[in-house]
Amino acid sequence: MVGNAVFRAEGLRKSFGHNEVLGGVSLELHAGEVTVLMGANGAGKSTLVKIISGVYERGDGTMGLAGQAFAPNTPAEAIRAGVVTVHQNINDGVVADLDVATNLTLDRLSGSGASFLFNPARVRRQAKAVADRMGLAIDLKARVSDLSLADRQVVAIARALAHQPKVLILDEPTSSLSSAEADRLFALIDRLREQGVAILYISHRMSDIRRLADRIVSMRDGVISGVFDKKPLDYEGAVNAMLGRKIHLDQIVVRSSDKAILTIEELRIAQGARPISLTLGDGEVVAITGLVGVGKTALAETLFGVRKPLSGTMVLNGKPYAPETTGEAIAAGVFLVAKDRGENGIVSGFNIQENISLPFHKRMSRLGVLRRRLERSTARRQIEELGIVCRSEKDELAALSGGNQQKVMVARWMAQDAGLFILDEPFQGVDISARRDIAAKLRASANGRATLLFVTELDEALETADRILVMSEQTIVGEHRNADVDLDRLLAEVAGGPLHSAA
Amino acid sequence: MTLRDHAIRYGFIVLLFGLIAYFAIAADGFVSPQSAVFIFQSVAITGVLALGVTATLVVGGFDLSIGSVATSAMMAAAYVMVVLEQNALVAVVVCLLIGAIVGLINGWLIVYMRVPDLLATLGMMFLLVGLQRIPTEGRSIATGMTMPDGSVANGKFSDAFLALGRHRFDFFIPNLIPVSVVVLLVLAVLIWFFLEYTRFGRMMYAVGSNERAAELAGAPVKAYKIWAYVISGVFASIGGILLAARLGRGDIASGNNLLLDAVAAALIGYAVLGAAKPNAFGTAVGALFVGILLQGLTMMNAPYYTQDFVKGVVLVVALVFTFALSGRGRR
Repeated sequence: MVGNAVFRAEGLRKSFGHNEVLGGVSLELHAGEVTVLMGANGAGKSTLVKIISGVYERGDGTMGLAGQAFAPNTPAEAIRAGVVTVHQNINDGVVADLDVATNLTLDRLSGSGASFLFNPARVRRQAKAVADRMGLAIDLKARVSDLSLADRQVVAIARALAHQPKVLILDEPTSSLSSAEADRLFALIDRLREQGVAILYISHRMSDIRRLADRIVSMRDGVISGVFDKKPLDYEGAVNAMLGRKIHLDQIVVRSSDKAILTIEELRIAQGARPISLTLGDGEVVAITGLVGVGKTALAETLFGVRKPLSGTMVLNGKPYAPETTGEAIAAGVFLVAKDRGENGIVSGFNIQENISLPFHKRMSRLGVLRRRLERSTARRQIEELGIVCRSEKDELAALSGGNQQKVMVARWMAQDAGLFILDEPFQGVDISARRDIAAKLRASANGRATLLFVTELDEALETADRILVMSEQTIVGEHRNADVDLDRLLAEVAGGPLHSAA
Repeated sequence: MTLRDHAIRYGFIVLLFGLIAYFAIAADGFVSPQSAVFIFQSVAITGVLALGVTATLVVGGFDLSIGSVATSAMMAAAYVMVVLEQNALVAVVVCLLIGAIVGLINGWLIVYMRVPDLLATLGMMFLLVGLQRIPTEGRSIATGMTMPDGSVANGKFSDAFLALGRHRFDFFIPNLIPVSVVVLLVLAVLIWFFLEYTRFGRMMYAVGSNERAAELAGAPVKAYKIWAYVISGVFASIGGILLAARLGRGDIASGNNLLLDAVAAALIGYAVLGAAKPNAFGTAVGALFVGILLQGLTMMNAPYYTQDFVKGVVLVVALVFTFALSGRGRR
């Protein structure tokens, strides 16, 4: 263990309006160590990274770098002080239309001391120096748009490292890389670790974390919920600190069902993934949980006809089910409340009433003409049913709180009876009371259909579902009846490794 | 509602009535049925084109080819009647087909070839401007013209076709309302009803606002987009038919201003009633607004070369209304 921390943050706070995103975070990074930062969506990871890298101003707290105060006002200042960040979206880090040499020296084109003229020979000389130091084997004349994603990532990191930083922050660097590409990145990270760089590595991928981590820091709801640095690292503990139960909730009355609505046989949703088989019953609420990027959304989209499975069959209410389009899925009675309502759900130019009627125009019109009175009465009924707080059904969605916007999204799909009702991350960006309302409504109306929830947070699964399935690496790896759940086993399945007791 | 909301909502309508009141006092004979009809007639063709382009704006696209579709339709109508010696019905059908086919190609380029809408329709505009000159080697088409092979074209514009441009219906006063104005009003009501009251129109707005959400609500997004361009193409070709009927010849030099005027009317329409989105009623008001302004200024002896400047000012003011005041611009 290295004694002194290169980077130290104490009591960092940050609020956006009334919403406190960071509630006093303290973090240490040590030279020659990879510290993994884990946290669910909305835990505050990105905010923390943006404060350290000078994008956001911190609300409160102090930061120190190599014993000196560190308070960057801009990303450029942070880089000059020795804190370099490689962001998640690879293509944000490189300019695709320029060659590798220019990309490696891009940051020298501006700022004080940059020369007015662009000198290709000098650029190539500097780029070669950067590439040699990193042991980069990429043709410097190649255009970045011709490179693989991993090579682009390496170029972005190499440029960042040309400044010989003390701290390197990698924000989900492998999220779009194949495993072979990721291996090359890991080799680079190993070399940097030997050179004594302190690395903060943000990831959801357990395989990456097992491969790289010297320490794990878990975040939850804007605070550090656990630090794990004793070897062997306690991976389940880290997952538990990030996702596990916060408070003891009332047990729900668990139901089981014997009438199958949907049967999935040997469904494969990704190359090299093991097939999925499962049955969803009438009146049942089933939650599928797992970390980000394990294929939850892919499975939801496969069921809804957005993408096609590689192989396998589905049977819905006794009939073969293989939707080609979302329209076919809806006609068959399969509805999806997609995740990320801003991106995939809300039509911002429409009011509540128009947003609710969106998927069912055909059923709400006569000879192609919308029946506005029916549309309005449906909207009013749904506003009542879900307790949406608004002035009237004519309100714009932008005027509603996040929780009420989400209720509108759920209300949209509950306006008609579903055979299979799928909700992907329905509690994202939703306050606790709206979450309770939605969950209660889902359970109360569950009869006559199968309900399938995709959630990352375990609490959400535990307080809504009759049955909890665990996904990892694009397949289902565990099943639990939501009564006396063996949390240790569940967490081990989420973390994707063998049980401690079994090891 | 605050004062600001009222300003956004009714500002442009108030401006329109203010303008009418001003011209009524300042210009003799401005308030008369003939003057009103003249205004409508002057904006009829651009109005029809503007209503078509509104459909593409609704799905979040744009159609720069409408002006050249209109002139191509005009040349085709002249060619069919003068050179091929066909009747009015054939000419009209050929024009409408040209509009529909160009719309389909535009839609295909944008949806399946992934060419950005502005670029695809810009390319189509160039293509059509050139194409319409090929059959006659760049000459205008009129009865008695000499063809490239030396023969003389003996066909002529049929009376039925010319009536589309010249016939006037009785309305209280005999021979008052031209056919083109009736066509404009009918198409305006049709597209308004289609966009506001049918499920297809509603879904087109959804596609324009959030394509992904529309797709996840089961809509065939690609088909909706292609249909929008077909509507735009067909409307533009109707504009071309009216233009040919008014001129009575296939004039290669006419129709230069159609695109800009039509687009301006549609964009001015965003500001009407604070809609802040493309809408048929606004487009019609936008076209009228420009027509009234130009008619009034002409009657007050403003020189013709100030017209484009005035249109530009109106457009910029309307865009400020839409984007700055209503705050819809930042999203």
